[in-house]
Amino acid sequence: MGLAKRIIPCLDVKAGRVVKGVNFVGLRDAGDPVEIARRYDEQGADELTFLDITASSDGRDLIIGVVEAVAAQVFIPMTVGGGVRSVQDVRRLLNAGADKVSINTAAVQNPDLVSEATGRFGAQCIVVAIDAKRVPDGGALRWEVYTHGGRKPTGLDALEWGRRMEQAGAGEILLTSMDRDGTRNGFDLELTLAFSEALSIPIVASGGVGNLDHLVDGVLKGHADAVLAASIFHYGEYTVREAKEHMARHGIEVRL
Amino acid sequence: MTDVAVVDYGMGNLRSVAKAVERVAPRLAVAVTSDPETVRCAARVVFPGQGAMPDCMRELQARGLREAVVEAARGKPFLGICIGLQMLFERSDEGGIAGLGLLPGQVRRFPVEKMTDAQGMRLKVPHMGWNQVRQTVPHALWEGIPQDARFYFVHSFFPEPANRGIVAAESFYGVPFACACARDNVFAVQFHPEKSQAAGLQLLANFVAWQPTVRRVTEPISASPAT
Repeated sequence: MGLAKRIIPCLDVKAGRVVKGVNFVGLRDAGDPVEIARRYDEQGADELTFLDITASSDGRDLIIGVVEAVAAQVFIPMTVGGGVRSVQDVRRLLNAGADKVSINTAAVQNPDLVSEATGRFGAQCIVVAIDAKRVPDGGALRWEVYTHGGRKPTGLDALEWGRRMEQAGAGEILLTSMDRDGTRNGFDLELTLAFSEALSIPIVASGGVGNLDHLVDGVLKGHADAVLAASIFHYGEYTVREAKEHMARHGIEVRL
Repeated sequence: MTDVAVVDYGMGNLRSVAKAVERVAPRLAVAVTSDPETVRCAARVVFPGQGAMPDCMRELQARGLREAVVEAARGKPFLGICIGLQMLFERSDEGGIAGLGLLPGQVRRFPVEKMTDAQGMRLKVPHMGWNQVRQTVPHALWEGIPQDARFYFVHSFFPEPANRGIVAAESFYGVPFACACARDNVFAVQFHPEKSQAAGLQLLANFVAWQPTVRRVTEPISASPAT
Protein backbone atom coordinates (compact mmCIF):
# COMPACT_ATOMS: atom_id res chain seq x y z
CA MET A 1 0.00 0.00 0.00
CA GLY A 2 1.42 3.34 -0.99
CA LEU A 3 1.86 6.07 -3.50
CA ALA A 4 1.43 5.01 -7.12
CA LYS A 5 3.90 5.97 -9.83
CA ARG A 6 2.16 8.37 -12.17
CA ILE A 7 1.69 8.05 -15.91
CA ILE A 8 1.25 11.40 -17.58
CA PRO A 9 0.27 11.81 -21.22
CA CYS A 10 1.71 15.06 -22.57
CA LEU A 11 -0.15 17.19 -25.05
CA ASP A 12 1.88 19.74 -26.99
CA VAL A 13 -0.58 22.45 -27.94
CA LYS A 14 -0.05 24.87 -30.79
CA ALA A 15 -2.69 27.49 -31.52
CA GLY A 16 -5.33 25.40 -29.80
CA ARG A 17 -4.49 22.04 -31.42
CA VAL A 18 -2.45 19.09 -30.14
CA VAL A 19 0.71 18.52 -32.18
CA LYS A 20 3.76 16.31 -31.86
CA GLY A 21 7.23 16.80 -33.29
CA VAL A 22 10.57 15.00 -33.48
CA ASN A 23 13.51 16.56 -31.63
CA PHE A 24 11.46 19.70 -31.05
CA VAL A 25 10.76 20.28 -34.79
CA GLY A 26 8.61 18.81 -37.59
CA LEU A 27 5.13 19.09 -36.10
CA ARG A 28 2.20 16.82 -36.93
CA ASP A 29 -1.41 17.47 -36.00
CA ALA A 30 -2.69 15.00 -33.40
CA GLY A 31 -6.15 16.37 -32.66
CA ASP A 32 -8.49 18.34 -30.43
CA PRO A 33 -7.13 18.86 -26.90
CA VAL A 34 -10.42 18.44 -25.06
CA GLU A 35 -11.26 15.25 -26.91
CA ILE A 36 -7.80 13.81 -26.31
CA ALA A 37 -7.82 14.82 -22.64
CA ARG A 38 -11.16 13.10 -22.14
CA ARG A 39 -9.93 9.93 -23.80
CA TYR A 40 -6.83 9.78 -21.56
CA ASP A 41 -8.94 10.42 -18.48
CA GLU A 42 -11.16 7.47 -19.43
CA GLN A 43 -8.08 5.30 -19.91
CA GLY A 44 -6.91 6.09 -16.40
CA ALA A 45 -4.25 8.78 -16.90
CA ASP A 46 -3.03 10.02 -13.52
CA GLU A 47 -2.44 13.54 -14.68
CA LEU A 48 -2.28 15.54 -17.91
CA THR A 49 0.42 17.93 -19.03
CA PHE A 50 -0.27 20.61 -21.64
CA LEU A 51 2.69 22.41 -23.13
CA ASP A 52 1.81 25.49 -25.14
CA ILE A 53 4.34 25.66 -27.96
CA THR A 54 2.60 28.50 -29.77
CA ALA A 55 5.35 30.76 -31.04
CA SER A 56 3.33 33.94 -31.48
CA SER A 57 1.75 35.95 -28.72
CA ASP A 58 -1.46 36.09 -30.82
CA GLY A 59 -2.08 32.40 -30.37
CA ARG A 60 -1.00 32.46 -26.73
CA ASP A 61 -4.36 33.19 -25.17
CA LEU A 62 -5.91 30.16 -26.83
CA ILE A 63 -4.36 27.93 -24.20
CA ILE A 64 -6.49 29.62 -21.51
CA GLY A 65 -9.62 28.53 -23.37
CA VAL A 66 -8.23 25.02 -23.75
CA VAL A 67 -7.45 24.80 -20.02
CA GLU A 68 -10.91 26.05 -19.08
CA ALA A 69 -12.63 23.60 -21.40
CA VAL A 70 -10.61 20.63 -20.17
CA ALA A 71 -10.94 21.56 -16.48
CA ALA A 72 -14.72 21.62 -16.78
CA GLN A 73 -14.80 18.03 -18.00
CA VAL A 74 -11.79 16.18 -16.69
CA PHE A 75 -11.32 15.76 -12.95
CA ILE A 76 -7.68 14.78 -12.69
CA PRO A 77 -4.69 17.08 -12.12
CA MET A 78 -3.54 19.22 -14.99
CA THR A 79 -0.14 20.84 -15.50
CA VAL A 80 0.19 23.64 -18.03
CA GLY A 81 3.40 25.18 -19.32
CA GLY A 82 4.92 27.01 -22.24
CA GLY A 83 5.40 30.74 -22.49
CA VAL A 84 4.89 31.37 -18.77
CA ARG A 85 6.80 34.58 -18.05
CA SER A 86 5.32 36.22 -14.99
CA VAL A 87 3.46 35.69 -11.75
CA GLN A 88 0.46 37.10 -13.62
CA ASP A 89 0.72 34.32 -16.23
CA VAL A 90 0.83 31.75 -13.41
CA ARG A 91 -2.25 33.25 -11.81
CA ARG A 92 -4.21 33.27 -15.09
CA LEU A 93 -3.46 29.61 -15.77
CA LEU A 94 -4.34 28.55 -12.22
CA ASN A 95 -7.58 30.52 -12.40
CA ALA A 96 -8.41 28.88 -15.72
CA GLY A 97 -8.23 25.49 -14.02
CA ALA A 98 -4.59 24.38 -14.11
CA ASP A 99 -3.39 22.66 -10.94
CA LYS A 100 0.29 23.15 -11.65
CA VAL A 101 2.10 25.58 -13.87
CA SER A 102 5.40 24.70 -15.42
CA ILE A 103 8.07 27.34 -15.88
CA ASN A 104 11.06 26.88 -18.18
CA THR A 105 12.74 29.69 -20.11
CA ALA A 106 11.49 32.41 -17.78
CA ALA A 107 13.03 30.64 -14.78
CA VAL A 108 16.45 30.88 -16.40
CA GLN A 109 15.97 34.50 -17.40
CA ASN A 110 14.61 35.43 -13.99
CA PRO A 111 15.26 32.82 -11.26
CA ASP A 112 13.37 35.00 -8.77
CA LEU A 113 10.15 34.23 -10.67
CA VAL A 114 10.15 30.69 -9.24
CA SER A 115 10.54 31.78 -5.62
CA GLU A 116 8.00 34.56 -6.15
CA ALA A 117 5.47 32.16 -7.65
CA THR A 118 5.98 29.46 -5.01
CA GLY A 119 5.74 32.08 -2.27
CA ARG A 120 2.48 33.29 -3.73
CA PHE A 121 0.75 30.10 -4.83
CA GLY A 122 2.59 27.36 -2.95
CA ALA A 123 5.31 24.91 -3.97
CA GLN A 124 2.70 22.31 -4.88
CA CYS A 125 1.67 24.14 -8.02
CA ILE A 126 5.01 25.28 -9.42
CA VAL A 127 6.84 22.85 -11.69
CA VAL A 128 10.20 23.78 -13.17
CA ALA A 129 10.70 22.28 -16.61
CA ILE A 130 14.30 21.56 -17.55
CA ASP A 131 15.34 20.70 -21.11
CA ALA A 132 18.71 19.04 -20.72
CA LYS A 133 21.23 18.01 -23.34
CA ARG A 134 24.37 15.93 -22.86
CA VAL A 135 27.65 17.82 -23.03
CA PRO A 136 29.96 15.79 -25.28
CA ASP A 137 33.29 16.78 -23.74
CA GLY A 138 34.55 13.26 -23.05
CA GLY A 139 34.94 14.01 -19.35
CA ALA A 140 32.44 13.40 -16.56
CA LEU A 141 28.85 12.90 -17.60
CA ARG A 142 26.97 16.19 -17.54
CA TRP A 143 24.06 17.98 -19.12
CA GLU A 144 23.41 21.56 -20.15
CA VAL A 145 20.14 23.45 -19.79
CA TYR A 146 18.53 24.70 -23.00
CA THR A 147 15.71 27.20 -23.25
CA HIS A 148 13.33 28.60 -25.87
CA GLY A 149 11.91 25.20 -26.75
CA GLY A 150 15.35 23.65 -26.90
CA ARG A 151 16.91 26.19 -29.23
CA LYS A 152 19.14 28.16 -26.89
CA PRO A 153 22.05 26.79 -24.84
CA THR A 154 22.42 28.55 -21.50
CA GLY A 155 25.77 27.31 -20.21
CA LEU A 156 24.01 26.16 -17.03
CA ASP A 157 24.77 22.73 -15.62
CA ALA A 158 21.42 20.96 -15.50
CA LEU A 159 21.90 19.19 -12.16
CA GLU A 160 23.14 22.31 -10.45
CA TRP A 161 20.21 24.22 -11.92
CA GLY A 162 17.79 21.57 -10.64
CA ARG A 163 19.18 21.93 -7.11
CA ARG A 164 18.82 25.69 -7.30
CA MET A 165 15.22 25.42 -8.41
CA GLU A 166 14.48 23.02 -5.57
CA GLN A 167 15.87 25.57 -3.15
CA ALA A 168 13.76 28.26 -4.80
CA GLY A 169 10.74 26.21 -3.78
CA ALA A 170 9.79 24.27 -6.93
CA GLY A 171 7.41 21.42 -6.10
CA GLU A 172 8.44 19.16 -8.97
CA ILE A 173 10.87 18.92 -11.88
CA LEU A 174 9.71 18.06 -15.39
CA LEU A 175 12.93 16.71 -16.84
CA THR A 176 13.18 16.36 -20.61
CA SER A 177 16.15 14.83 -22.37
CA MET A 178 16.63 16.76 -25.59
CA ASP A 179 18.85 14.01 -26.93
CA ARG A 180 16.01 11.53 -26.62
CA ASP A 181 12.88 13.62 -27.17
CA GLY A 182 10.94 12.27 -30.15
CA THR A 183 13.49 9.53 -30.89
CA ARG A 184 11.51 6.67 -29.31
CA ASN A 185 14.76 5.21 -27.96
CA GLY A 186 13.78 5.48 -24.31
CA PHE A 187 14.51 7.97 -21.53
CA ASP A 188 18.03 9.17 -20.82
CA LEU A 189 18.14 6.99 -17.70
CA GLU A 190 21.45 8.35 -16.45
CA LEU A 191 19.99 11.84 -16.53
CA THR A 192 16.80 10.72 -14.77
CA LEU A 193 18.70 8.81 -12.08
CA ALA A 194 21.12 11.67 -11.47
CA PHE A 195 18.20 14.01 -10.79
CA SER A 196 16.22 11.49 -8.73
CA GLU A 197 19.19 10.94 -6.46
CA ALA A 198 20.24 14.55 -6.13
CA LEU A 199 16.84 16.11 -5.45
CA SER A 200 14.20 15.44 -2.82
CA ILE A 201 11.24 16.73 -4.87
CA PRO A 202 9.41 14.51 -7.39
CA ILE A 203 10.98 14.03 -10.83
CA VAL A 204 8.88 13.54 -13.96
CA ALA A 205 10.92 11.78 -16.64
CA SER A 206 10.27 12.93 -20.20
CA GLY A 207 11.63 12.50 -23.69
CA GLY A 208 12.15 9.38 -25.77
CA VAL A 209 9.41 6.90 -24.87
CA GLY A 210 8.84 4.49 -27.78
CA ASN A 211 7.45 1.43 -26.01
CA LEU A 212 6.09 0.33 -22.66
CA ASP A 213 9.39 -1.10 -21.41
CA HIS A 214 10.77 2.43 -21.55
CA LEU A 215 8.18 3.51 -18.97
CA VAL A 216 9.18 0.60 -16.72
CA ASP A 217 12.86 1.54 -17.06
CA GLY A 218 12.13 5.16 -16.19
CA VAL A 219 10.80 4.04 -12.81
CA LEU A 220 12.95 1.01 -12.01
CA LYS A 221 16.27 2.25 -13.43
CA GLY A 222 15.79 6.03 -13.50
CA HIS A 223 13.88 6.10 -10.18
CA ALA A 224 11.43 8.60 -11.65
CA ASP A 225 8.34 9.46 -9.61
CA ALA A 226 6.28 9.90 -12.75
CA VAL A 227 6.76 9.13 -16.43
CA LEU A 228 5.55 11.33 -19.25
CA ALA A 229 4.92 10.30 -22.85
CA ALA A 230 3.20 11.70 -25.88
CA SER A 231 3.39 9.95 -29.23
CA ILE A 232 2.87 6.36 -28.01
CA PHE A 233 -0.52 7.46 -26.72
CA HIS A 234 -1.54 10.03 -29.35
CA TYR A 235 -1.47 7.68 -32.29
CA GLY A 236 -3.26 4.88 -30.47
CA GLU A 237 -0.32 2.47 -30.30
CA TYR A 238 -0.93 1.91 -26.62
CA THR A 239 -3.62 3.01 -24.24
CA VAL A 240 -2.72 4.46 -20.86
CA ARG A 241 -4.36 1.42 -19.29
CA GLU A 242 -2.12 -0.95 -21.25
CA ALA A 243 0.87 1.05 -20.07
CA LYS A 244 -0.24 0.76 -16.46
CA GLU A 245 -0.94 -2.94 -16.70
CA HIS A 246 2.51 -3.44 -18.18
CA MET A 247 4.11 -1.51 -15.35
CA ALA A 248 2.10 -3.43 -12.75
CA ARG A 249 3.38 -6.71 -14.24
CA HIS A 250 6.89 -5.41 -13.51
CA GLY A 251 6.03 -4.86 -9.88
CA ILE A 252 5.46 -1.12 -10.12
CA GLU A 253 2.64 0.27 -8.01
CA VAL A 254 0.12 2.01 -10.29
CA ARG A 255 -3.48 3.18 -10.04
CA LEU A 256 -5.55 0.67 -12.03
CA MET B 1 -30.13 30.92 -1.74
CA THR B 2 -26.76 29.30 -2.18
CA ASP B 3 -26.85 25.55 -1.77
CA VAL B 4 -23.08 25.07 -1.68
CA ALA B 5 -20.67 27.89 -0.84
CA VAL B 6 -17.03 27.36 -1.79
CA VAL B 7 -15.09 29.70 0.48
CA ASP B 8 -12.74 31.93 -1.50
CA TYR B 9 -10.10 33.73 0.56
CA GLY B 10 -7.87 34.49 -2.39
CA MET B 11 -5.59 31.47 -2.23
CA GLY B 12 -5.29 29.27 -5.30
CA ASN B 13 -7.63 27.80 -7.80
CA LEU B 14 -11.16 27.15 -6.62
CA ARG B 15 -12.59 26.71 -10.08
CA SER B 16 -11.88 22.98 -10.09
CA VAL B 17 -13.65 22.51 -6.75
CA ALA B 18 -16.72 24.42 -7.94
CA LYS B 19 -16.77 22.63 -11.32
CA ALA B 20 -16.56 19.23 -9.66
CA VAL B 21 -19.41 20.06 -7.26
CA GLU B 22 -21.49 21.35 -10.20
CA ARG B 23 -20.80 18.12 -12.05
CA VAL B 24 -22.22 15.96 -9.26
CA ALA B 25 -25.05 18.35 -8.36
CA PRO B 26 -26.15 20.10 -11.55
CA ARG B 27 -29.36 21.39 -9.97
CA LEU B 28 -27.75 23.03 -6.96
CA ALA B 29 -26.66 26.66 -6.79
CA VAL B 30 -22.89 26.55 -6.25
CA ALA B 31 -21.12 29.81 -5.43
CA VAL B 32 -17.43 30.56 -5.12
CA THR B 33 -17.63 33.36 -2.59
CA SER B 34 -15.57 35.65 -0.41
CA ASP B 35 -18.66 37.18 1.15
CA PRO B 36 -19.10 36.13 4.81
CA GLU B 37 -22.87 36.62 4.55
CA THR B 38 -23.14 34.18 1.63
CA VAL B 39 -21.15 31.63 3.64
CA ARG B 40 -23.47 32.17 6.63
CA CYS B 41 -26.60 31.66 4.55
CA ALA B 42 -25.42 28.70 2.45
CA ALA B 43 -26.87 25.28 3.18
CA ARG B 44 -23.44 23.62 2.85
CA VAL B 45 -19.89 24.90 2.91
CA VAL B 46 -16.77 23.66 1.16
CA PHE B 47 -13.55 25.01 2.65
CA PRO B 48 -10.66 24.37 0.24
CA GLY B 49 -7.10 25.54 0.42
CA GLN B 50 -3.81 25.66 -1.41
CA GLY B 51 -0.43 27.10 -0.68
CA ALA B 52 1.08 27.85 2.69
CA MET B 53 -1.10 27.66 5.79
CA PRO B 54 0.19 30.92 7.35
CA ASP B 55 -0.88 32.81 4.20
CA CYS B 56 -4.23 31.05 4.17
CA MET B 57 -4.91 31.93 7.83
CA ARG B 58 -3.89 35.52 7.24
CA GLU B 59 -6.10 35.93 4.19
CA LEU B 60 -9.03 34.28 5.93
CA GLN B 61 -8.73 36.82 8.73
CA ALA B 62 -8.08 39.78 6.42
CA ARG B 63 -11.19 39.07 4.37
CA GLY B 64 -13.39 38.80 7.44
CA LEU B 65 -14.24 35.19 6.69
CA ARG B 66 -12.85 33.57 9.81
CA GLU B 67 -15.98 33.86 11.93
CA ALA B 68 -18.30 32.77 9.13
CA VAL B 69 -16.17 29.66 8.55
CA VAL B 70 -16.03 28.79 12.25
CA GLU B 71 -19.78 29.23 12.49
CA ALA B 72 -20.37 27.02 9.46
CA ALA B 73 -18.10 24.31 10.87
CA ARG B 74 -20.23 24.28 13.99
CA GLY B 75 -23.60 24.15 12.36
CA LYS B 76 -23.92 22.77 8.83
CA PRO B 77 -22.51 20.19 6.45
CA PHE B 78 -18.90 21.28 6.10
CA LEU B 79 -16.18 19.82 3.88
CA GLY B 80 -12.54 20.83 4.40
CA ILE B 81 -10.06 20.06 1.62
CA CYS B 82 -6.24 20.01 1.92
CA ILE B 83 -5.17 23.23 3.70
CA GLY B 84 -8.88 23.58 4.47
CA LEU B 85 -8.48 20.47 6.63
CA GLN B 86 -5.19 21.61 8.17
CA MET B 87 -6.63 24.98 9.22
CA LEU B 88 -9.29 23.24 11.33
CA PHE B 89 -6.63 22.01 13.76
CA GLU B 90 -5.12 23.82 16.71
CA ARG B 91 -1.64 24.40 15.39
CA SER B 92 0.66 23.81 12.40
CA ASP B 93 4.39 23.23 12.16
CA GLU B 94 4.19 25.28 8.96
CA GLY B 95 5.17 28.72 10.20
CA GLY B 96 4.41 27.58 13.77
CA ILE B 97 1.00 29.22 13.64
CA ALA B 98 -2.34 28.60 15.31
CA GLY B 99 -5.24 27.22 13.28
CA LEU B 100 -8.95 27.59 13.91
CA GLY B 101 -8.89 25.08 16.79
CA LEU B 102 -12.05 23.31 15.67
CA LEU B 103 -10.40 19.89 15.72
CA PRO B 104 -7.93 18.74 18.39
CA GLY B 105 -4.36 18.21 17.25
CA GLN B 106 -1.42 19.51 15.28
CA VAL B 107 -0.28 19.64 11.68
CA ARG B 108 3.16 18.08 11.09
CA ARG B 109 5.69 18.04 8.26
CA PHE B 110 6.67 14.74 6.66
CA PRO B 111 10.03 13.72 8.18
CA VAL B 112 11.66 13.63 4.73
CA GLU B 113 15.12 12.61 5.99
CA LYS B 114 13.72 9.45 7.59
CA MET B 115 11.36 8.33 4.87
CA THR B 116 12.13 5.48 2.46
CA ASP B 117 9.91 3.07 0.54
CA ALA B 118 9.92 -0.73 0.66
CA GLN B 119 12.91 -0.82 -1.73
CA GLY B 120 14.84 1.58 0.46
CA MET B 121 14.45 4.44 -2.01
CA ARG B 122 14.05 7.90 -0.53
CA LEU B 123 10.50 9.23 -0.58
CA LYS B 124 9.99 12.67 -2.09
CA VAL B 125 8.21 15.58 -0.45
CA PRO B 126 5.69 16.96 -1.43
CA HIS B 127 3.72 13.72 -1.23
CA MET B 128 2.34 14.08 -4.74
CA GLY B 129 0.12 11.64 -6.58
CA TRP B 130 -2.45 8.91 -6.08
CA ASN B 131 -2.38 7.10 -2.76
CA GLN B 132 -4.69 4.61 -1.13
CA VAL B 133 -7.23 5.69 1.44
CA ARG B 134 -8.04 3.17 4.16
CA GLN B 135 -11.44 4.03 5.64
CA THR B 136 -11.29 3.50 9.41
CA VAL B 137 -14.95 4.23 10.19
CA PRO B 138 -18.19 3.84 8.25
CA HIS B 139 -19.42 7.26 7.17
CA ALA B 140 -22.01 8.70 4.79
CA LEU B 141 -19.20 10.27 2.76
CA TRP B 142 -17.59 6.88 2.09
CA GLU B 143 -20.82 5.54 0.57
CA GLY B 144 -20.04 3.72 -2.69
CA ILE B 145 -16.28 4.27 -2.42
CA PRO B 146 -14.27 1.04 -2.25
CA GLN B 147 -11.91 0.44 0.65
CA ASP B 148 -8.34 1.49 -0.30
CA ALA B 149 -9.53 3.53 -3.29
CA ARG B 150 -6.86 5.91 -4.58
CA PHE B 151 -7.21 9.68 -4.25
CA TYR B 152 -4.94 12.47 -5.47
CA PHE B 153 -2.70 14.07 -2.85
CA VAL B 154 -0.32 16.97 -2.98
CA HIS B 155 1.01 18.19 0.35
CA SER B 156 4.06 18.37 2.60
CA PHE B 157 2.21 18.60 5.93
CA PHE B 158 -0.37 16.26 7.46
CA PRO B 159 -2.73 16.32 10.46
CA GLU B 160 -1.94 14.53 13.71
CA PRO B 161 -5.25 14.47 15.60
CA ALA B 162 -4.98 14.45 19.39
CA ASN B 163 -8.13 12.38 19.48
CA ARG B 164 -8.22 9.10 17.50
CA GLY B 165 -11.99 9.32 17.56
CA ILE B 166 -12.02 11.91 14.77
CA VAL B 167 -9.94 9.86 12.29
CA ALA B 168 -12.09 8.72 9.34
CA ALA B 169 -9.32 7.35 7.10
CA GLU B 170 -5.60 6.75 7.00
CA SER B 171 -2.97 6.68 4.30
CA PHE B 172 0.64 5.63 4.39
CA TYR B 173 3.58 7.61 3.05
CA GLY B 174 6.73 6.70 4.94
CA VAL B 175 4.56 7.11 8.02
CA PRO B 176 0.88 6.39 8.57
CA PHE B 177 -1.20 9.56 8.73
CA ALA B 178 -4.82 10.61 9.08
CA CYS B 179 -5.99 11.62 5.60
CA ALA B 180 -9.63 12.19 6.56
CA CYS B 181 -11.20 13.42 9.78
CA ALA B 182 -14.85 13.52 10.75
CA ARG B 183 -16.73 15.03 13.63
CA ASP B 184 -20.45 15.72 13.70
CA ASN B 185 -21.21 17.91 10.68
CA VAL B 186 -17.56 18.33 9.69
CA PHE B 187 -15.75 16.09 7.22
CA ALA B 188 -12.25 17.04 6.14
CA VAL B 189 -9.82 15.41 3.75
CA GLN B 190 -6.13 15.90 3.04
CA PHE B 191 -6.50 14.70 -0.57
CA HIS B 192 -8.25 16.50 -3.41
CA PRO B 193 -11.63 14.92 -4.24
CA GLU B 194 -12.08 17.44 -7.07
CA LYS B 195 -9.00 15.93 -8.76
CA SER B 196 -9.59 12.30 -7.87
CA GLN B 197 -11.73 11.25 -10.82
CA ALA B 198 -14.55 8.78 -10.08
CA ALA B 199 -13.77 8.24 -6.38
CA GLY B 200 -13.48 11.97 -5.79
CA LEU B 201 -16.71 12.80 -7.57
CA GLN B 202 -18.47 10.09 -5.55
CA LEU B 203 -17.25 11.69 -2.32
CA LEU B 204 -18.51 15.10 -3.43
CA ALA B 205 -21.86 13.59 -4.46
CA ASN B 206 -22.06 12.03 -0.99
CA PHE B 207 -21.27 15.38 0.58
CA VAL B 208 -24.07 17.27 -1.19
CA ALA B 209 -26.53 14.54 -0.12
CA TRP B 210 -25.24 14.29 3.45
CA GLN B 211 -27.66 14.98 6.33
CA PRO B 212 -25.45 14.95 9.42
CA THR B 213 -26.70 15.25 12.96
CA VAL B 214 -25.57 18.67 14.02
CA ARG B 215 -24.35 19.09 17.56
CA ARG B 216 -24.23 22.76 18.47
CA VAL B 217 -20.92 23.29 20.15
CA THR B 218 -20.53 26.23 22.47
CA GLU B 219 -17.07 25.63 23.88
CA PRO B 220 -13.94 24.99 21.77
CA ILE B 221 -13.89 21.38 20.60
CA SER B 222 -10.27 21.01 21.63
CA ALA B 223 -11.31 21.43 25.24
CA SER B 224 -13.58 18.39 25.12
CA PRO B 225 -12.20 15.15 26.62
CA ALA B 226 -10.41 12.68 24.36
CA THR B 227 -12.29 9.49 23.61
